[in-house]
Amino acid sequence: MSLLELDLAQAREGLATRAFSAVELTTAYIEAIEASRDLNAFLLETPEKALAMAEESDRRLAAGSNRALEGLPLAIKDLFCTEGVATSAGSHILDGFVPPYESTVTSQLWDAGAVLLGKTNLDEFAMGSSNETSYFGPVKNPWSQNKADEPLVPGGSSGGSASAVAAKLCLGATGTDTGGSIRQPAAFVGCVGMKPTYGRCSRFGIVAFASSLDQAGPMTRTVRDAAIMLQHMAGHDPKDSTSAPADLPDFEAALSGDIRGLKIGIPNEYRMDNTPKEIIDIWQQGVDWLRSAGAEIREVSLPHTKYALPAYYIVAPAEASSNLARYDGMRYGLRVDGEDLVDTYEKTRGEGFGNEVKRRVLIGTYVLSAGYYDAYYLKAQKVRTLIKRDFDKTFDDVDLLLTPTTPFTAFPIGDRVDDPIKMYLNDVFTVPANLAGLPGISVPAGLSEGNLPLGLQLIGRPFDEATVLRAAGVLEEAAGFDAVPPYLTSGGRA
Amino acid sequence: MSLDEATVARIARLARIRIEPEQRAALAGELSGILGWIEQLDEVNTDDVPPMTSVGDVTLTLRSDQVTDGDKADSILTNAHEQQDGHFVVPKVVE
Repeated sequence: MSLLELDLAQAREGLATRAFSAVELTTAYIEAIEASRDLNAFLLETPEKALAMAEESDRRLAAGSNRALEGLPLAIKDLFCTEGVATSAGSHILDGFVPPYESTVTSQLWDAGAVLLGKTNLDEFAMGSSNETSYFGPVKNPWSQNKADEPLVPGGSSGGSASAVAAKLCLGATGTDTGGSIRQPAAFVGCVGMKPTYGRCSRFGIVAFASSLDQAGPMTRTVRDAAIMLQHMAGHDPKDSTSAPADLPDFEAALSGDIRGLKIGIPNEYRMDNTPKEIIDIWQQGVDWLRSAGAEIREVSLPHTKYALPAYYIVAPAEASSNLARYDGMRYGLRVDGEDLVDTYEKTRGEGFGNEVKRRVLIGTYVLSAGYYDAYYLKAQKVRTLIKRDFDKTFDDVDLLLTPTTPFTAFPIGDRVDDPIKMYLNDVFTVPANLAGLPGISVPAGLSEGNLPLGLQLIGRPFDEATVLRAAGVLEEAAGFDAVPPYLTSGGRA
Repeated sequence: MSLDEATVARIARLARIRIEPEQRAALAGELSGILGWIEQLDEVNTDDVPPMTSVGDVTLTLRSDQVTDGDKADSILTNAHEQQDGHFVVPKVVE
């Protein structure tokens, strides 16, 4: 059996028992990545660094001083700053930028012994739901429609990470999730993707999009692998004032497989008009699975759900317009010289930002500008309070919520780029958890009529990732999703 | 709310993003569409609702007032377009 078939927990076992070496495992992934460049999942491959890290892991494994993630090859979304390794955020404006520091999340992964395979493609500054806004071109989903040869999007913004996990180009990948950017692509490619509670993972060294919403999380083949990765991504960090000094439970140990008596809410408002029958059906299937496993199912109401998306499209662009003000071409990245200083700024940002980033910065500038602040930004923050109250009230009665992850399956590249609002609707089921800062996970649950992955989402109480993961493990077991993307079976790989 | 081309030009200036005059009409249409869709929030009664200022009930922690970092001028300058004597060299702004 190819080493690539092992999931992260199995590879950890194989390395610990010396069934194979970290260099052998890393080499297998380097070769797979080279043979899969047509997916455009990686913006930068770091094979030399990976092998050096794997050699160090082999020394430690031989000496018996191996760390928790020793020798496990991972891919990193190119939104995480990596010291001495170029970081682009999928944007032209960061041309040539090589961070002189490491993000806290990635530094924790390396301290635990993980191996860096490379940096993955993403929507520019994580603004997108299909990975099509990347300056470096779209990513292909390893899944495709029956007989159709038109490539599909892997979702976004963590599209490169999603595609890399689904095509077995890494054991796991980091993602970031501002409005669904981990969970939606996870659903589109049939992998597990978890957005932890806001404040669970440090944002230090992650290129900022919307600071009150951004959160890092793992994308993996299994729920257990997500628990293992999250353990080493999470934790309080003095370098991020919004990172929470909360206790870090043993997430892997939480996977007891026992959800008897757990109360799970089914929010009525997620049953939206035009949601395809196959999405409603898999949702009902998920309800049945959890009930069979001993959970108590309750209908619940989150009345402000439909307002989450429009509120998000005020709050996120407002924060983005402020965060992206730093890209002025002076100290790093692209500079386009103009006639005077303002002209230089305008030309640099005009050329350096793509259309979606420009749209959002302009919307954000507008809603924060004099005379419009109360009508838009303040209104959205009030609606956000109402959305959070809906969740708080519901979590008095239930332990978790079960919903579909997305209102539809992966769509063809180019299909929706001309319609921003239609694109935004991708995140209708994922955005509420970001606005309320709650942990959520997407678990692959089955295939659509068109043979594309369908995901189910579990949302939990703040800092209760352990319960989210425990129920996700039960869902995963019941679904038994073992379908393989056509890219891996029909010889798509070069 | 419908944005006209003059407003697009004004906010583009505020955001320091060059938008070519011939692109303004299309952008005005796109942004108006997004803002129109956003305005469904007007249906929500938010009287007496406080705006959210923090996602969690987290109080920002204080740390002792000590220098924990520094002496990194060289690494900070590694991405500079041009540098001199430990400083960034930027385009001349004062004649």
